[in-house]
Amino acid sequence: MSPNLRPSGSAYFLTAVSNKKERHTLSVLVDNEPGILARIAGLFSARGYNIESLTVSETEHEQGLSRITVVTVASPKVLQQIKLQLERLIPVHRVHDLTAEGNPLERELALVKVAGEGENRVETLRLAEAFRAKVVDASTSSFVFEITGKTSKIEQFISLMVPLGLVEVVRTGLAAISRGPEGM
Amino acid sequence: MSQKLTGAEMVVEALKDNGVEHVFGYPGGAVLPIYDALFQQEDVEHILVRHEQGATHMAEGYARSTGRVGVVLVTSGPGATNAVTGLTDALLDSIPLVCITGQVPTSLIGSDAFQECDTVGITRNCTKHNYLVKNIRDLARVIHEAFYIAASGRPGPVVIDIPKDVQFALGEYTRPAAAIQHQSYSPRTEGDLGAIEEAIELMSRAERPVFYTGGGIINSGPRASELLRELADLTGFPVTSTLMGLGAFPASDEKWLGMLGMHGTYEANMAMHDCDLMLNIGARFDDRITGRIDAFSPNSTKVHVDIDPSSINKNVDADLAIIGDCGHVLEEMVRLWRTRTNAPRTGEIKPWLEKIEQWRAINSLHYKNSTKVIKPQFAIERLAEAVRGRDVYITTEVGQHQMWAAQYFPFEKPNRFMTSGGLGTMGYGLPAAVGVQVAHRDALVIDIAGEASVQMTCQEFSTAIQFRLPIKVFILNNEYMGMVRQWQELLHGSRYAHSYSESLPDFVKLAEAMGGRGIRCEDPALLDEAIGEMLEHDGPVLFDCRVEKQENCLPMIPSGKAHNEMILPDTANISDIIDEKGKVLV
Repeated sequence: MSPNLRPSGSAYFLTAVSNKKERHTLSVLVDNEPGILARIAGLFSARGYNIESLTVSETEHEQGLSRITVVTVASPKVLQQIKLQLERLIPVHRVHDLTAEGNPLERELALVKVAGEGENRVETLRLAEAFRAKVVDASTSSFVFEITGKTSKIEQFISLMVPLGLVEVVRTGLAAISRGPEGM
Repeated sequence: MSQKLTGAEMVVEALKDNGVEHVFGYPGGAVLPIYDALFQQEDVEHILVRHEQGATHMAEGYARSTGRVGVVLVTSGPGATNAVTGLTDALLDSIPLVCITGQVPTSLIGSDAFQECDTVGITRNCTKHNYLVKNIRDLARVIHEAFYIAASGRPGPVVIDIPKDVQFALGEYTRPAAAIQHQSYSPRTEGDLGAIEEAIELMSRAERPVFYTGGGIINSGPRASELLRELADLTGFPVTSTLMGLGAFPASDEKWLGMLGMHGTYEANMAMHDCDLMLNIGARFDDRITGRIDAFSPNSTKVHVDIDPSSINKNVDADLAIIGDCGHVLEEMVRLWRTRTNAPRTGEIKPWLEKIEQWRAINSLHYKNSTKVIKPQFAIERLAEAVRGRDVYITTEVGQHQMWAAQYFPFEKPNRFMTSGGLGTMGYGLPAAVGVQVAHRDALVIDIAGEASVQMTCQEFSTAIQFRLPIKVFILNNEYMGMVRQWQELLHGSRYAHSYSESLPDFVKLAEAMGGRGIRCEDPALLDEAIGEMLEHDGPVLFDCRVEKQENCLPMIPSGKAHNEMILPDTANISDIIDEKGKVLV
């Protein structure tokens, strides 16, 4: 008998203690076929799971495979269900909970448009440099910055740009990969 | 070996290669080429339905009574949308279906063409998988794969949407491979041996064990039912079952506790509540079973055997999970148990069995009979008596009559009870009976129905007439949507909002109008004779059994309550039992 198997008493009450919601990043390897994104998104909405961010792109062209990165917030029990429900989908090959498996590398890209004149322009450029944001478009009254990094860094940059004339932001959502030599 | 065929010919060829003998369907513009191909051969018989929902339920009845894949063929647009209820029903009850839908030609997809709908979009969340075949090169592979996916693992419905130009296109047909290898889909059927050994260890020490079995045993095939009986005999443990699992264990066995759950027996639910070892084999801890979840079987170690990993810990946490096919796991359990002992543990668990006998003595299924009016429970008991010893297939609609059928009809074999469990689809039973009768032409097939449910799909009685399928539709007519009325009595001060079946058809005349036989009975003294008349008639019968109008279906675990808080039949006033919290539950 395994040590974690209790001879009496239900597991129900023992695991119910952890209802705290956690943010997890899942990596999903799927067949790149029409409708796959709708299947994933549909599963999340049908079962009431939360999507914070979702990115998808074909990554293994010869095999026609795509990698989907989903960021979700849920209790450990629901996280386990999300993983298992995703694995039920026929075109899904594998699901990895990157957060549970370790501290994954997570990056996001944002394009940030800021308009302003005089002192503000100088301050904007100075901050951009500090954040290693690249100027990808400029006019006499505006910049567009490209910034890559963790979500928290991008959030911080955006909030600093607000008083300096932030016009709009577009973000790619999170791409994540596990550390070390192992692949998915 | 391959040959050039049109897409439509390929469909028919692929059906034959997958062993299909019957298709339930309805023609229309976008499937005409397939109908033309069906017309020119004799191996696959087509059953013309009256409404596509009927086709899906027939295919479900067919599948559940045979263990084979049920096949549906419908046209685009309304044909597909009408099939959605049956597809969802099959998904919830894990019934293998392949539903072929016609689609407008690929060049018109997305143009809001006549009878166009986004079939794969609409059915994505109500199928196990679905396909839109845009290229003839994929068609044969997709059909073979669809049959494999529908039948393997946890079974379910698969939709194949085929645009009309693909049906006309010429392509190479390839026969199904002996063993389909799918890149990303490979259900696990063999349970982990170490986990099974742990389960056996728990079983050898349990003081208050109970088997809680479900539809997974039926889906696994008749062998799984035999093994369950063997294991129950070997261990001496009592057995209860969900609605979907009825028949896997014989009702005549002394270890049988009856069905459990909301309308289960007192002994089954009390055994679930007080057990120290729960052996869930092929059931999914559905809310109809668990009642109030934080009070569900508080002191038991729970072993959960399921082929679908997502069923584990979904509603109730398992102490020991075994992922695999019930048949395989039971086989291993029987084998391992035999290596330990040949004597059942009846003696060691005697106090538990005695406790169960005390619960059984309460006789939670007793009811006050009457000489003036037919009690619905009495009607089912007399029906069961009339067919005793015969191999009979029972289908039901949804509602009180369904629960009474589950409570009072003794099921002895698997694949003999076809009912809509998960989705609770009123209108399921009559078409399901048609499907069962197509598969078993000489068998006795009875739909135990309610007068409200049966009106949802009663046009399929005409299908039974057309194909000479002598189904018996035994309607417990109480002139109410009985379960709705019962819940209004429980929760809404007996204000029976729209639950009275007003303007009912004359079922006898309805049967006659469609070319069948109608029988009516309202006198308990004449019931046996009338049932005899129904059984003797060599053709479809609508039996209008007029029963007590306000009978409640008891015992009952009210919503929001636990297994040990059942309403028993003698409860005088049921209207103030459910508290505010329970009222919002279904």
